Amino acid sequence: MSISFQMPRYEVLRREDRCVKCRVCERQCANLVHRYDADLDKMIADEMQCVNCQRCVVMCPTRAIAIRRYPLEYRENANWTERAIVEIQRQAEGGGVLLSGMGSPDDKPVYWDHMMLNASQVTNPSIDPLREPMETSVMLGCKPDSVTLGADGSVKTKLPPQVRLSMPVMFSAMSFGSISLNAQKSMAIAAKKLGITFNTGEGGLHRDLEEYKDAAVVQVASGRFGVHTDYLSAGCMIEIKIGQGAKPGIGGHLPGRKVNADVSVTRMIPEGTDAISPAPHHDIYSIEDLRQLIFSLKEATEYKKPVCVKIAAVHNVAAIASGIVRAGADVIAIDGFRGGTGAAPTRFRDNVGIPVELALAAVDSRLRKEGIRQRVSLICCGSIRNSADIVKAVAIGADACYIASSALIAMGCHMCGTCFTGKCNWGIATQDERLTRRLNPEIASERLVNLLSAWNHEIMEMLGGMGLNSIEALRGNRLMLRGIGLNQKELDVLGIAHAGE
Amino acid sequence: MLYNEGRAHLPNGCAISGIIDTSGGLFSGSDIIESIALMHERSNGLGGGFAAYGIYPDHPDEYAIHVFYDDLKAQENVEAFLEKHFLIMLSERIPTRKNANIVRSPIIWRYFAQPLRNRVAVSGYDEEEYVARCVIHVNNDFDGAFVFSSGINMGAFKGVGYPEDIGEFYMLDNYHGYSWTAHGRFPTNTPGWWGGAHPFTLLDFSIVHNGEISSYDANRRYIEMYDYHCSLMTDTEVMTYLADMILRRHALPIHMLPKIFAAPMWEEIARMDDKSREEYETLRAVYAGALINGPFSIILGFNGGFMALNDRLKLRSMVTAKAGSKVYVASEESAIRRIEKNLDEIWTPRGGEPVIALVDENADIGRRRRVL
Repeated sequence: MSISFQMPRYEVLRREDRCVKCRVCERQCANLVHRYDADLDKMIADEMQCVNCQRCVVMCPTRAIAIRRYPLEYRENANWTERAIVEIQRQAEGGGVLLSGMGSPDDKPVYWDHMMLNASQVTNPSIDPLREPMETSVMLGCKPDSVTLGADGSVKTKLPPQVRLSMPVMFSAMSFGSISLNAQKSMAIAAKKLGITFNTGEGGLHRDLEEYKDAAVVQVASGRFGVHTDYLSAGCMIEIKIGQGAKPGIGGHLPGRKVNADVSVTRMIPEGTDAISPAPHHDIYSIEDLRQLIFSLKEATEYKKPVCVKIAAVHNVAAIASGIVRAGADVIAIDGFRGGTGAAPTRFRDNVGIPVELALAAVDSRLRKEGIRQRVSLICCGSIRNSADIVKAVAIGADACYIASSALIAMGCHMCGTCFTGKCNWGIATQDERLTRRLNPEIASERLVNLLSAWNHEIMEMLGGMGLNSIEALRGNRLMLRGIGLNQKELDVLGIAHAGE
Repeated sequence: MLYNEGRAHLPNGCAISGIIDTSGGLFSGSDIIESIALMHERSNGLGGGFAAYGIYPDHPDEYAIHVFYDDLKAQENVEAFLEKHFLIMLSERIPTRKNANIVRSPIIWRYFAQPLRNRVAVSGYDEEEYVARCVIHVNNDFDGAFVFSSGINMGAFKGVGYPEDIGEFYMLDNYHGYSWTAHGRFPTNTPGWWGGAHPFTLLDFSIVHNGEISSYDANRRYIEMYDYHCSLMTDTEVMTYLADMILRRHALPIHMLPKIFAAPMWEEIARMDDKSREEYETLRAVYAGALINGPFSIILGFNGGFMALNDRLKLRSMVTAKAGSKVYVASEESAIRRIEKNLDEIWTPRGGEPVIALVDENADIGRRRRVL
């Protein structure tokens, strides 16, 4: 067997003058990086194990620790980058598919950053949300094209089932299994407090979360884990997961070591077994099959719940979305390639799918062209980083946005991208009780409420600046956007003018 | 770069005025000209116009189609189209009077026309939809021609100039109507195109508008889903189409329109009794794309009445008054007092609170739109 060429990715810098050998870092690190050497009477580090999750850095009481990139000075080469070389070394050694966690770190265009928002000057007044009402609440679901009146002149039309949100944001799908119950519970508490929703993912609804079920979107994915009639009726919306932005075209794999007793009960699978979600739903090989599933779910829930279909943003997304509307979906979630994940093959994550900004614009335009935009609400997801991203998404045409990575970061995630190891030191992407108890749902939910309250304020301020007082007057209002540094084709797809035009 | 209407969305400031005699009595255009003239400072000479109802009693069933032509070639093309789709009872130049301040006027023509029944039948549309489609078609697809009025027993008169000069130019003192609206325009960026002046009309719907709607593109992209095409990119155009769709195509009563254009806040809706709450919620959800944000005060005219409405935050001035059977609306109180000293009542409607004035059921005013 050859020697390993792999070198540490990170270097642990420890200031000996500050280290008091309290061994907090040792206890905090599930990757077993830090160790106290009694002979040397000092803390030493096994840097090969470090994933740069920053847990020890944050927890060190004397600020003695810093983590930095390991100074691997390969010969400069713009093509054969360090990453390209290291990945080959890893595959040559292990012979496996490269796995990654969280969204793609690649330097591909982030269109949000190439769009600027408008503001009122002179000809119409900007509106101060501290003095005037400012509405950010939305209703998701199918809307009829018109209302009809009864004989007495009152409105006869009954709205199909809707989900009401106090602001255009929802927590995106992260299953119990892929994340800890405490992490899910934090989002459930926050969602209920905020008047928005969290999403069970495909892992079923844990019994401890039943008190938050009104704020739950329950997911039905290809593995059908945890799906039963009560589950379907529990939430405020049902989501059929067809695809995920981080890994379009493939399924999911929850390793058996994460399937403990609790996960096993919730998912309705034996303890310790791998939970494999197939790439396609094996009862959906075409659009008419999707229609059958949508209506099976509607039948099962007596047409009281809107049904959402989540798809990854792929090349033909506009036509696919049109088909999904005609198949009877009430909501469509479009997940862009930068979207996060607990685990995805690296090559998929970084090379499959398209940016969500372009997908969203294409879908919204297409549905309007076909006159069916009213029949469906659109959720934009896949790396929504701040309130400005949301405002821009709504201006392009979204009804609401899903956030996941942002929510995890609010709870403690430091984006180390190794969720699939099950050793999340922040207690999020793990089932190890020693780690999960580090995440206190009361505290974490407060952080989530803080984050989204702040975003809601910012959304209101930006709306007011544009002279709007209601989020629906922003939806699809692309005149509020101008592109910077975009070529004509990009502007055309986004349906916006360039700055200065 | 300076774009014509239709290439860019242009901001506007403005003045509006409206007078209606709810007893159906006819009066000349002199009053409305005097009223709008008082607000001279609110316009900048780049657009003025009027809508007049009840002015063509001799043509009770014929659509009065007013058209601007850039040249004779455009007129020839459009007339060929009109002759194919309508029985034209009368075709004439709209009489005008020389006015030193009105220059470079286009060819201004009007036709009194009835849609050809057989063509209406095969089109699959009802008569009004057929006429509306023809008008939208001409405005989108014919170069150098613009239909600026297309209702029965009503007409719009507009152009580039101060409104009082426009009124003088069209000799509106010679017309007698039961309802008049007027507009003085203060666009911040326009080459001054006659078609771009207000009111904007479709069939007998006309809108004069003071304000700039921030929701424009949301409204435009919504209405364009339903076979309308916003060729001018002006606020009035999109609002007229929204009103046309909601009142004519969807046949909702006029009192529901403000619940859509200037819907009450969700907070307010939540406090309503169950029945109202459901109604307001449904209207707001279904017609979310027709919610108009940003400052506006409008007068929506139609056969048999008008509705004045402010945005829900009341970001534009608008005053209403009553004297006998007459109802007055204007951007400024002085514009009303100028023409009627003895008012029974004068008030400032709240944001989102409509003022709906309808001519008495029994009055004989010819064609009347069902809006209740």
